[in-house]
Amino acid sequence: MYNFDIARPQTVKDAVKALKDDEAQPLGGGQTLIPTLKARLAAPSVLVSLTGISELVGVCRDDDGRICIGAATSHARVAKECAKSYKALAALAARIGDPAVRNRGTIGGSLANNDPSACYPAAALASTATIVTNKREIAADKFFQGMFTTALKDGEIITEVRFVVPQKANYQKFEQPASRFALVGVFVAKFDDGVRVAVTGAAEDGVFRWKAAEQALSKSFKPEVLTDLSAPADRMIGDLHGSPEYRAHLVKVLTGRAVKAA
Amino acid sequence: MPDGGIGASNKRREDVRFLTGSGNYTDDINLRGQAHAAFVRSQVAHGKLKKVDTKAAAKMPGVIRIFTGKDFEGIGGLPCGWCVTDRLGNPMQEPAHPVLAQGKVRHVGDPIAVVIAETYEQARDAAEAVEVDIKELPAVIDMKAALNDGAPKVHDDLSSNLCYDWGFVEENREAVDKAIRGAHHVTTLELVNNRLIPNAMEPRVAIGDYNAGTGDSTLYTTSQNPHVIRLLMGAFVLGIPEHKLRVVSPDVGGGFGSKIFHYAEEAFCTFAAKQLKQPVKWTCQRSESFMTDAHGRDHVTKIELALDKDGTFLAVRTDTHANMGAYLSTFAPSIPTWLHGTLMAGNYKTPLIYVNVKAVFTNTVPVDAYRGAGRPEATFQLERVIDKAAREIGMDPIALRRKNFVTEFPYATPVAVEYDTGDYVATMDKLEQIADLKGFDKRAAESKKKGLLRGLGVNCYIEACGIAPSNLVGQLGARAGLYESATVRVNATGGLVVMTGSHSHGQGHETSFPQVVAEMIGIDPSMVEIEHGDTDKAPMGMGTYGSRSIAVGGSAMVRATEKIIAKAKKIAAHLMEASDADIELKDGRFSVAGTDKSVAWGDVTLAAYVPHNYPLEDIEPGLEETAFYDPSNFTYPAGAYACEVEVDPETGKVKVCSFAAADDFGNIINPMIVDGQVHGGIGQGIGQALLENCVYDSDGQLLSASYMDYAMPRADDVPFYSVDHSCQTPCTHNPLGVKGCGEAGAIGSPPAVVNAVVDALQRGGHTHVTHIDMPVSPARVWAAMQG
Repeated sequence: MYNFDIARPQTVKDAVKALKDDEAQPLGGGQTLIPTLKARLAAPSVLVSLTGISELVGVCRDDDGRICIGAATSHARVAKECAKSYKALAALAARIGDPAVRNRGTIGGSLANNDPSACYPAAALASTATIVTNKREIAADKFFQGMFTTALKDGEIITEVRFVVPQKANYQKFEQPASRFALVGVFVAKFDDGVRVAVTGAAEDGVFRWKAAEQALSKSFKPEVLTDLSAPADRMIGDLHGSPEYRAHLVKVLTGRAVKAA
Repeated sequence: MPDGGIGASNKRREDVRFLTGSGNYTDDINLRGQAHAAFVRSQVAHGKLKKVDTKAAAKMPGVIRIFTGKDFEGIGGLPCGWCVTDRLGNPMQEPAHPVLAQGKVRHVGDPIAVVIAETYEQARDAAEAVEVDIKELPAVIDMKAALNDGAPKVHDDLSSNLCYDWGFVEENREAVDKAIRGAHHVTTLELVNNRLIPNAMEPRVAIGDYNAGTGDSTLYTTSQNPHVIRLLMGAFVLGIPEHKLRVVSPDVGGGFGSKIFHYAEEAFCTFAAKQLKQPVKWTCQRSESFMTDAHGRDHVTKIELALDKDGTFLAVRTDTHANMGAYLSTFAPSIPTWLHGTLMAGNYKTPLIYVNVKAVFTNTVPVDAYRGAGRPEATFQLERVIDKAAREIGMDPIALRRKNFVTEFPYATPVAVEYDTGDYVATMDKLEQIADLKGFDKRAAESKKKGLLRGLGVNCYIEACGIAPSNLVGQLGARAGLYESATVRVNATGGLVVMTGSHSHGQGHETSFPQVVAEMIGIDPSMVEIEHGDTDKAPMGMGTYGSRSIAVGGSAMVRATEKIIAKAKKIAAHLMEASDADIELKDGRFSVAGTDKSVAWGDVTLAAYVPHNYPLEDIEPGLEETAFYDPSNFTYPAGAYACEVEVDPETGKVKVCSFAAADDFGNIINPMIVDGQVHGGIGQGIGQALLENCVYDSDGQLLSASYMDYAMPRADDVPFYSVDHSCQTPCTHNPLGVKGCGEAGAIGSPPAVVNAVVDALQRGGHTHVTHIDMPVSPARVWAAMQG
């Protein structure tokens, strides 16, 4: 990797300050960024590590019953601490990467990176999560803006993610054989006022909602209602590991399985 | 005899240092004053090298020197160790293989320049500052397209991209054609044997060193055969005689064939160290290894099997395109020919066989031997076409195989090899038992309850290993002998050191080899130490590949130990004032037959080095002997494998539920190590069958260029194996009766997996699915089900 400086701020305020440098880059758990640096694909002047900011770490519930997760909280901690309060989210976190990834990687890092094959974006989008930054609150529906693209502006840091806990929810992941990222992942969340179905891994624009399935499932939360639906293949990824048609097919299969398992 | 001789499952003594971090790998070696090398490599698959500008890079911090192709003008290229003769009797087309590109680049990763700097990071930084101007040329990637008229030529000085068009046995061609035309039934199968990237756990490393005071060069390298590298590099590339060149391969973390070959980086570091009069070290990055280690397999094949009404095999005809990549790697031409065509009889008495192989140059990384090397490709196509034939003629696939088994030995195949021993009925019987084939229907019913399709795949395999009789391979085009060597040095107090040309890079030689010597003398194996991997220590040897180490290297060790015992008996006879002929050696003691006189092993070894009471007029002091062993035939391990899979019909995902292997390896030295070899081989075979795939796009860019896209098998991809090697028909022509076990698992397992997947789909009603190319990924299974 190229040489860089590292800053380890103790507060969000100091982190924001450190990020003012032109080529500065925030560092969460580093599970994407560090391999990128090792491959010499990025050359930041300074890495601003966020994992030492204690206010960014931890899980709690707010007065509305939402689960609030600090942005620098590791996947392993989410898996453990949400096991009762939000089982589907905990199960998702428990299956990201391997133990090393889960103990280093953070929810804020994952959402800010918005890898089209990452798991967390599906959970955030399906659970109508609110992404809280040092500047504002962003609804998940507005946060994800395409592959590796989010609503975050320069110098803006995710501080917390607030999840509304659905009545029922489940995440189904079909792994890409090499990377074991989601070739397709579907998060289904059933609320009082309807069902949300968020799909990751499959589409060129990153995580998206399969609205036709949401409508059908909102009427009747049963896998059978998906029978006559098909996910559109036209914006799906086609690569070594599967054609757009295969991914579209998996979206339907996994949605059905998630409904059944929820 | 103390415990722990032949047949004992001694624990691997080398694992203590490997598992406690006290191994000594090449990258662990750091020499005083060492500089670091970083290679500038082509990012395009094919192009004319217009200019390499090193001016800016040379000014970067720490840079010592930058080498380009110009520095290698007039210096030898990397030699090819095997010349294949084509159907018409002409030698293959053999292009130059420069250490650094001369005029053209021919694959992504082709080395263009090298920066030497004080630190590795400085070398990499400066390597990025080397400006390379390349005029990109159209690349040829697809083998069949590469043979079209007007296709871009990988090598401008060759007449085409065809390396050779090989026919075997050419004299049988017409008879085979005729038999196929007139047969009751012909089954045809077109398939791809997928290209693989070896991925040894330890990437390659080379350190060149030069002593200006003595003029001696040393290369430390991750090689399976340091003597071969010393000969190839010394004689053909750099012009250094063997007595001025030492090659050391210390602990090596896996090779699987990819570390047999002589690579440009080895020659470069040795050359540069002499130029700079300082050590030069290069450590391969993992991403660099993807585009520089020789790849494996990559065949496109059409096979036809002709059968009689009752299922008797009449003839086999195969037509294969084999990818050579951009240059000929060290043994590349021999893999699709002599290590592939000669195995097309399999375990069956097919009377007529014709094999055609067209080896093709493309703008891809060179392809060479990879665990099994030619034999997996032969086994896969034969065992797949037999399965397909069984289905077409409505016969049970096991019954069809049994009907055609070779049952009498020795058996001369129509493809030029003679199987000395074997019992294919016994291994199939054993397989049916250990795989519990009778219980399959019950298990299939349970899978069905879960909504899954269960399938059973069975196949046989045979391989030729114990490579190889030198006079025979010489006739076939090898430019090397394939004997092995051993020096047994007995120390004064009775301990032994065996210096062998075989090289252990995971095989456990340091444990199993002493078992043989200990058994012969009747001492504890802990008294025997194995030295390997240093050309200054071991006599000229040919190294480890082709499952040859115990069969050939072990035999050399036996011969040397026999000489030791013969001499020791003379010394013992002298000590006991008896005749040589009356001396018996048992449990580490020499005794005079019919008397109670005896002396211990240690008494004799001490006498050899403290020869106060010694027959100095008849024999020399000391106890050290060397033997070279050249086998008279290949060995022929064989067996039968069974795989059960569950296919998820909704997603196409295949889960391997069980895998059983019944192997005949002849005699066994260490059963636990043999189990481990079979486990590892099957793991690699499952990897090839379900996961691994090296893919280039049409421009020659490597798409599967990291573990993000190249799927290696992991622990949860494979089941617990059931392996058995109790069927033993000892080899008749080596002193240990051993056959070798290193590659069997990788050779025998891919067809079992694919047969099982096709079986599952057929049973599930997808009767149109007769084949799926490897890797049988979920996407491919799903696509096959869609029709």
